[in-house]
Amino acid sequence: MPVSDDLQKAQRFREAALPYLDDVYTLARYLLRDASDAEDAVQECYLRALKHFDSYRGPAMKPWLFAILRNVCNAEYARRAHSHAAIEDTPGAADQTPMWQESEASPETEVLRTRDAGAIRKMIDALAEPFKETFVLREINNLSYREIAEAVGAPVGTVMSRLARARAMLRAAWTAEEEHLR
Amino acid sequence: MTCDEAKILLHALLDNELDAGHAREVEAHIAACPACAAEFAAQREMKRVLADTNLRYSAPASLRTRIEASIPQARPQPSRRSVLRGFAMGSAVSALAASGVVAVVLRQDDQQRILSEVVSAHLRSLQAGHLIDVVSTDQHTVKPWFNGKLDVAPPVIDLTAQGFTLVGGRLDYIDARAIGAVVYKRRQHIINLFVSQTASTEHRPPKTQTMQGFNCRRWGERGLNFWAVSDIGGDELSEFVDKFEAAMKANVEG
Repeated sequence: MPVSDDLQKAQRFREAALPYLDDVYTLARYLLRDASDAEDAVQECYLRALKHFDSYRGPAMKPWLFAILRNVCNAEYARRAHSHAAIEDTPGAADQTPMWQESEASPETEVLRTRDAGAIRKMIDALAEPFKETFVLREINNLSYREIAEAVGAPVGTVMSRLARARAMLRAAWTAEEEHLR
Repeated sequence: MTCDEAKILLHALLDNELDAGHAREVEAHIAACPACAAEFAAQREMKRVLADTNLRYSAPASLRTRIEASIPQARPQPSRRSVLRGFAMGSAVSALAASGVVAVVLRQDDQQRILSEVVSAHLRSLQAGHLIDVVSTDQHTVKPWFNGKLDVAPPVIDLTAQGFTLVGGRLDYIDARAIGAVVYKRRQHIINLFVSQTASTEHRPPKTQTMQGFNCRRWGERGLNFWAVSDIGGDELSEFVDKFEAAMKANVEG
């Protein structure tokens, strides 16, 4: 009964994978820094995941989905590297102010909290890879070191040193912003 | 421990990823090294602020809809007709259950635990004075007795004419919840039929497992889980379950 098999599989996939949609989308937003690219990547990720669900043997759904999303995003990076080459040659592009020095708009106290989240997101966005993804997987997606290692296909030791680097870079950016606001 | 090592390991300490031995080593280093202590305090503070800030994104509803639409739609809530079709689908479903997806494996481990609780409850019931709370061979006495004692009263069906005598009902505890047990007799053998509520309305075909010399046949239907436990043979227990299901279907349809 191939039809009912497929439906059963689809139903199991739905129950196993859909609860992580926000997690996958969050990672995609940080990796791609663009809402519509992130949507496309997440949709592609779920299509591929469903296709390969037969071969999924665990151990956990979240790192497995993240590993697929990374592959999708890497393809997107490759595409961008191709189409962005011209932009990076534009004179002055290299002189652009770093993200965390951009806050010229007068900070009003009552909106400070939301602006803070936005500012922190920007600082995280500005982190270099592969440090950013390790940081997001740990701090925002709440993966354990072992799960991160599994999702990114690197040893746990590498995950630990990347995470230390990422946090050091983020703190440096953070301090720089606070100095600037003062 | 060098400062270079500590600067990496202090993050693992912050994240609770270190075993007790390594955690002590890092703590000892931090206690003795002001530079690493300052770094640790600053990172702990940053982690605290990050934890207090919502840095997640929510997937747009349109994306969720698109993805849901791309997954083949399984059967909606089973109607009576599809419940019947479920019987025919039994072997395919069991094959899927054996296909080793982790979620399924975990659930089966859970079921293994519940099975052992069910068998224990059966054993308890066989001790003197524990078998029956309400003694009656009349389903119209047993069924109302359950009302108000449980969220969902178990279906009580008299199968005397089919060779399984209804002897009464009992409250029992499985998986830390009160559930109903309907007690039948086949010759001198006791059959306990445990019934609990479940969130799943999907039909699960009957399956026999053996534990501690008892046969247990379990199945799920219309939001209820059933476990029939007895020391009678597997054939007879299957016969009991078949007759019970047939009678239940007749009740629903009739």
